[in-house]
Amino acid sequence: MLRQAAVWAALVATLLIPVIAAAFSPYLAWREPIYILAGFAGIIGMCLLLLQPLLAGRWLPGLSPVNSRHWHRRCGLALVVSIVIHVIGLWITSPPDVVDALLFVSATPFSTWGVTAMWAGFAAAAMGVLRQRLSLRFRVWRLGHAGLASATMLGSLVHAMLIEGTMEVMTKTALCGLVLLASVRTLARLRVWEVHRR
Amino acid sequence: MTRLEINRRKFIATGVGTIVAGLTGVITPAHASGLAPTPSMRGGSNNYRPGAPIVERIGGGGFWMTGTVRRAGDGAPLPGQRIQIWAHTTEGHERDQRSHGATLTDANGEFRLEMPQIVPAFGQPHGHLAYDSGEFETVFLRPVMSSAKDKTLAAHFVLQPV
Repeated sequence: MLRQAAVWAALVATLLIPVIAAAFSPYLAWREPIYILAGFAGIIGMCLLLLQPLLAGRWLPGLSPVNSRHWHRRCGLALVVSIVIHVIGLWITSPPDVVDALLFVSATPFSTWGVTAMWAGFAAAAMGVLRQRLSLRFRVWRLGHAGLASATMLGSLVHAMLIEGTMEVMTKTALCGLVLLASVRTLARLRVWEVHRR
Repeated sequence: MTRLEINRRKFIATGVGTIVAGLTGVITPAHASGLAPTPSMRGGSNNYRPGAPIVERIGGGGFWMTGTVRRAGDGAPLPGQRIQIWAHTTEGHERDQRSHGATLTDANGEFRLEMPQIVPAFGQPHGHLAYDSGEFETVFLRPVMSSAKDKTLAAHFVLQPV
């Protein structure tokens, strides 16, 4: 029981610290509210990228497998919403920069990683929503979903690390490291590459 | 990020190369035509507002945008050329009219305009410059600062006559 409370407290702290650190960024003073909102939608998206593998891998104590899956679905939809807010907010702030990014002709390489991660994330979410209708064998479906989710994760990580923005560097690096660790551990735990039953 | 900078090493290398080429007779018209025009950079024209007024400085100042303007081919300095400058600064977003201003090159083809401190926006601390006056081909530059703490940023134009 105590261990369970400690795990959840650590998780909440891990998710809040990067957000709080970003809230102290000096750059915020020189940004309009819509730009600040767009930036924080991206940061919250990164936090959701940590929750997703933890829920998919059923690492969190006190959550039944069914509850884990339900929260994985809710966090996935929240991730889609945060990406949409991120992109629309940036588009309102500076339309030509976002149009360049979406057309893959941006001056900044991290835009390409971000937009690729966005489409991979949308596709992973679509596979989740349409799972019944896709009528794929479960393990084939899972491999596809996990592959797209991995592309989302990797693209977002590179995107975030290359950006000089409101995220504080130490907390950003730590969060990205944890996202990578959680994702790799979950892929390994579920053995997603095993499409055939042993 | 093709930033054109003439340092001593490049200057000497170019000079030695030219002499060697001259002596060995391999010089071609392409080499003889010399300095290539600066191409526009990706994203250089983003949030451009044509016709920024010539100003003493943009806003409260404290940061210097500097550079040179030369003619393609012979590299002659171009005086009196209008360079438009804008950036995300401590005083405004790129799109804001108050973030835009222009200046003219001096007799040596050099320009220097004081403006507010540039701060990182859209992931990089960067500025925008435009030559868009008609006599030469239009060029948009988007130089990136090596550190967000820099107090100055340089951009160099080599213009192609129309």
